[in-house]
Amino acid sequence: MPDKNETGPSVANQAAYWKSTLRLTLGLLSIWFLASFGAGILFREALDNFSIGGAPLGFWMAQNGAIYIFLILIVIYCIRMTQLEKKYGIKG
Amino acid sequence: MVDPWTIFWVVTTFGLYIFIAIRARAGSTEDFYVAGHDVHPVINGMATGADWMSAASFLSMAGLIAFLGYGGSVYLMGWTGGYVLLALLLAPYLREFGKFTVPDFVGDRYYSKLARVIAVVCALFVSFTYIAGQMKGVGVAFSGFLGVSFNTGILIGMAIVFFYAVLGGMKGITYTQVAQYVVLIFAYTVPAIFISLTITGNPIPQLGFIGNAAGTDVGMLEKLNKVVTDLGFLEYTSTDKSKLDVLCITAALMFGTAGLPHVIIRFFTVGSARAARKSAGWALLFIALLYTVAPAVGAFARMNFVDTVNEATYIADAENYEERAAEILLDGGKPVPEWYKSWEKTGLLAYEDLNGDGIMQYRGPNAPDGLANEVTPSRDIFVLANPQIANLPNWVIGLVVAGGLAAALSTAAGLLMVISSAVSHDLLKRTFRPDMSEKSEMLAARIAAAFAVFLAGLLGIFATQLPFVAQVVAFAFGLAAASLFPIIFLGIFWKRMNKEGAIAAMLTGLITTFSYIYYFKFGGGAADSWLFGVSPEGIGFVFMWLAIGVGIAVSLVTPPPPKAIQDLVQDIRIPGNRGAL
Repeated sequence: MPDKNETGPSVANQAAYWKSTLRLTLGLLSIWFLASFGAGILFREALDNFSIGGAPLGFWMAQNGAIYIFLILIVIYCIRMTQLEKKYGIKG
Repeated sequence: MVDPWTIFWVVTTFGLYIFIAIRARAGSTEDFYVAGHDVHPVINGMATGADWMSAASFLSMAGLIAFLGYGGSVYLMGWTGGYVLLALLLAPYLREFGKFTVPDFVGDRYYSKLARVIAVVCALFVSFTYIAGQMKGVGVAFSGFLGVSFNTGILIGMAIVFFYAVLGGMKGITYTQVAQYVVLIFAYTVPAIFISLTITGNPIPQLGFIGNAAGTDVGMLEKLNKVVTDLGFLEYTSTDKSKLDVLCITAALMFGTAGLPHVIIRFFTVGSARAARKSAGWALLFIALLYTVAPAVGAFARMNFVDTVNEATYIADAENYEERAAEILLDGGKPVPEWYKSWEKTGLLAYEDLNGDGIMQYRGPNAPDGLANEVTPSRDIFVLANPQIANLPNWVIGLVVAGGLAAALSTAAGLLMVISSAVSHDLLKRTFRPDMSEKSEMLAARIAAAFAVFLAGLLGIFATQLPFVAQVVAFAFGLAAASLFPIIFLGIFWKRMNKEGAIAAMLTGLITTFSYIYYFKFGGGAADSWLFGVSPEGIGFVFMWLAIGVGIAVSLVTPPPPKAIQDLVQDIRIPGNRGAL
């Protein structure tokens, strides 16, 4: 459909948007991995030497902290994606 | 004796669900499958919360964590982390694709009826195993609290779900799920607040969790660790499972969550890709309200159980409980708590006086005093007994029963939608009877939903005799992670992925995961021959990578997908390109 891009975003903008989306997704997923598998499982013992209130930090990350971080990650994703869509003229 | 408050709450909430169902009837297939594509992101987030949180989340999870301690983290991270994958990798793109079902995406993206039918098989298998557990939960709640038999309970549950699922389809389900979310979250948090006050003096469970034990300057968890290790249990904040196994189970639950059809289809109901992203965030917020409270409830319940039950003097005669309890107190002893006596008859608690001293010893496998354990609580007891443990009035107890029913019914309804649309839309309309009119498709969807309700009820009734129902977690999540997630993900992020690769990947994931779980759960396989030491619960994550590898390899040696399909993938990546679908 060659006429589509006359009204919609240009091919170059679409490509740039997709590239930024991938970069953002990868960045947020690294934090997702570090917060859960990293802090909550792989490095739990090391983090348990620290504490948050009365809870060992690694244990707390696995049972509560990771969930808060997941939530923050989705919020950041929504905000950044909306910004990217504005920047590249994507309808959203 | 049936508590009048329980009847009040159950009748009121059920009446509400029926009222909503009558108001939200479906007028078209679009209404029936995806609630007209115009559900508000917050409303859908709430509906997703109820859709997602099942009888297991509501009744069993806190108790599981109470026994497993740190080991219970796999459920907490696994069943919430999947929403990050959904929000970032699947939901907005599938919404942009804009059709009705998960097999719809698979069939169109992989231009293959065979791929669509395999996806239908995966979706049906996952949904039926999952729904049997919900119906069983409904039966337990009714038989335990409303004085009717287990089977009658399931029949009542079936009638209610039949009413709003068959009449209203996704539209009816969406709005009843919103009501069910409100009921279940209220029923879960009210007792949690009071039990937190009792154990830690802090009304907010998440803060009590990291605070000090009530009236001391010792951390609640620190005290709990000491209490349980003194009795010969594993330290609460540790585990004896291998790191790799914990990691694989968590990951299998996360990727499985993202691949579960009844969760994915909820995101087809919102208006746009952007709304789907937002809605995933709202869904996780509503889920987190329960999931961050659950570990606190688990820890408090374990502490309270040891405090009140261990070393208590047993009272066999329930009739003269108060008299005997007063005598024991007078002698400086500790009587068995009243809540224990009132729950004992449900079979959720068992006491066997092994050493004949009339005192209840609660011990772990490595008890320093060498005494044997005499008390066996079931994992469902804690959430159910919490209101009484915290001395809450009777109306709260009835509310918890209504909350458990809301959790079970809302999840069952979401699963029924997957089953009915897989049959009427994917098998009939898109595969075998493409010339069917919209009116007959709608009738087929309703008949399929009715038939699925009936089958789900039967599964629930025979659940106790069917071994796989108890293992639903391993099956449903493992299969969703290994068979559905890889092809949806690759279908969006890799244009070169073709029909041959998708079929090979789905079959690889399905067959390997199914065989592994079947062999080690029912085929007599021993734990020491687990692949890499990974348990059946976590194996879906391992075979997911195998499925991805096979899918990529097969795609590369077969022809690339047609140009139209590559354009389709391009369009679902860019919101708005597919127009208002």
